[in-house]
Amino acid sequence: MISIALEKVLGGINLNVDVELPNNGLTVFFGPSGSGKTSVVNLLAGLMTPDKGLIKIQDRVIFDSENRVSVPPYARRMGYIFQESRLFPHLTVNSNLRYGYRDGHQIRFDEVVELLGIGHLLKRRPHHLSGGEKQRVAIGRALLTNPDLLLMDEPLSALDELRKAEIIPFIKRVRDEFYTPIVYVTHSTHEVESLANTVVMMKNGAVTRFGEAADVMTDIKQAMMKEAV
Amino acid sequence: MELTDVESEAIYLSLKVSFWAVLICLPLALPVSWLLARKEFIGKNILNGIIHLPLVLPPVVMGYLLLVSFGTNGFLGAYLKEWFGLTFVFSWRGAALAAAVVSFPLMVRTIRLSYEAMDRKLEAAAYTLGARPIRVFFTVTLPLIMPGVLAGCILAYARCLGEFGATVTFVSNIPGETRTIPIAIYNLVQQPDGDAMAGRLVLISLVLAMVALVGAEVLNKRLGKILNG
Repeated sequence: MISIALEKVLGGINLNVDVELPNNGLTVFFGPSGSGKTSVVNLLAGLMTPDKGLIKIQDRVIFDSENRVSVPPYARRMGYIFQESRLFPHLTVNSNLRYGYRDGHQIRFDEVVELLGIGHLLKRRPHHLSGGEKQRVAIGRALLTNPDLLLMDEPLSALDELRKAEIIPFIKRVRDEFYTPIVYVTHSTHEVESLANTVVMMKNGAVTRFGEAADVMTDIKQAMMKEAV
Repeated sequence: MELTDVESEAIYLSLKVSFWAVLICLPLALPVSWLLARKEFIGKNILNGIIHLPLVLPPVVMGYLLLVSFGTNGFLGAYLKEWFGLTFVFSWRGAALAAAVVSFPLMVRTIRLSYEAMDRKLEAAAYTLGARPIRVFFTVTLPLIMPGVLAGCILAYARCLGEFGATVTFVSNIPGETRTIPIAIYNLVQQPDGDAMAGRLVLISLVLAMVALVGAEVLNKRLGKILNG
């Protein structure tokens, strides 16, 4: 189980999330922009600090405001895939991939390179990659830190439709072939349908619906139909 | 054009003094400009003011202040002599110190700008990959601000080559020890028949300055290529 209880006052909204996610598969945080879903991911990664809350992966406490525990971002063991790939421009793809990689990890270098189809890019610099290639390398780089949790913040939103379709199968393979749970932020119903196992719906900083992807999606579709009628 | 002993002595001294001045400045300028660019603290304006004083004070005043503090009986100079056997007055070390103090603000300003211009999102990405702050600084921040660091060094070096007022006040005008190119030029101009010889040194100054500027440009282009593909 991944326990997430977070409270934070942000610009216009009061973020208040309290959910227990399964420790496997892909959980989508779904909602309109400004609903606070990206903030949830930043709070999980430690790039922002909650006013109050608790973050726990299995038995490992990562943040606990009551007991004043806050593991620094570099020790949280969370891989983060950003909207823009954020590859290091001065390093080759190979060095980017190995930046957070240490020997003895379960997830092997060759395996990841092969799964993401980036073997032919290793010697290049990020500047010479297409948007889709950059995002595949970013996924590999995060995965190779052997994280307890993978965070993906709208990883496809900067890509055109063709590229999106190109990346989705890779994310599916990561979801199915490694046992790392994934938290995935998006506002695209298409991505929810093709990737989600679990869905957390958010609006104005609060969770409005939480459950199995299939159930939540049926509800969403019915609601949309009603609105249309 | 063959160099006379007086000329080569002055050139060698100028290059040596400037080299050491930049070497003293750099390890201080990196953290100081980081503080000014990244942190808010009480007394920041005062620190900023003190650093920039040499830029606006008459160099002669700087030389006087150095003499009072680093002279053999100065409050710092006495201890440095007692503890490390280090003296500055009438020595090329004093000339290097004067050049360092005077060029320090130029270096800090340039490096500070590149700290402010760099994409901090890349640092956040490095943290999520498990890198501690020190490692992030040396593997991400420093390489990315390198063009600015280089520009700061060149600017400081050029300023050191031209340093006159503070040096002559602090460590006087001693051939082979503190008589750098500008001081040698001044010395020659004071002599009834020295104009032609001064003219040669002026020409040498011009060449040195051009070499520094062109060299900086070439290096900067190379760095840019490495950083951005």
